[in-house]
Amino acid sequence: MKFNRKTQLDSEIPTASMPDIIFMLLIFFMVTTVLREYSGLPISLPKAKRIEKLKSKRHTAHVWVSKDGLISIEDKIYKADGVRHIMYEKRVEDPQLVVSLKADERAKMGLVSDIHTELRKADALKLNYSSKTAVD
Amino acid sequence: MARERRFKGGEIPTSSMADIAFLLLIFFLVTTTIDMDKGLGMVLPAEGEELEINKKNILNCLINSSGKVLLGGEPVELANLSKKVRQKLAENDKLVISVKAHSASGYKDYVKVIDQLKQANATRISIAESD
Repeated sequence: MKFNRKTQLDSEIPTASMPDIIFMLLIFFMVTTVLREYSGLPISLPKAKRIEKLKSKRHTAHVWVSKDGLISIEDKIYKADGVRHIMYEKRVEDPQLVVSLKADERAKMGLVSDIHTELRKADALKLNYSSKTAVD
Repeated sequence: MARERRFKGGEIPTSSMADIAFLLLIFFLVTTTIDMDKGLGMVLPAEGEELEINKKNILNCLINSSGKVLLGGEPVELANLSKKVRQKLAENDKLVISVKAHSASGYKDYVKVIDQLKQANATRISIAESD
């Protein structure tokens, strides 16, 4: 027995809602796009294996340390003892603050140690040594 | 003479809207950078918070200016550090590892040492101030 197909199958993709879908994607990317605020200093980060991701950019403050011992926060050069004030202000504004230390691998530990002391004085205790993923 | 206005309806053409939206979408796709900041996490002790720790539970880890590591008094190769620390942690799980770097030592070596300690699952890491 032969079956007759009653309906003609329409095999076209509906395009009427395509602009809506694209707009939705567009809005998603517009919202997630972060235009770079600070450029920092030219550094080459050290490599490490056991790295963690920083949860949110909003609660992160970057401290750049170049190999020549320059310290830069938000595109301003600071001396080691000036870190305390700005970090204290940031810490008051945002109690969840995580400091991301972007230090050059050739930086000297004396300076990094000074920054540790300053951050302790500013009560900004959550620190993250920014580093690249090491490949075996 | 009155000019006849030929008005064909005031609708915005919507047929090209999808193309415009696509163009914007591609722009934002290209400019979006989803590069998360990543690195070694560390919590510094609060100012003035000094704990007395039993000497038995302290393991000193010293880094000198040429990047050599001294663990508990004996020199250790950097690659073997995590293994050694894991052994020591197995013997005493209350062990606090105190990392002390010479002020002229490189940050690279310091990060390597911290990385090795993290690989040994050491959770109690303390940073002694370098002198």
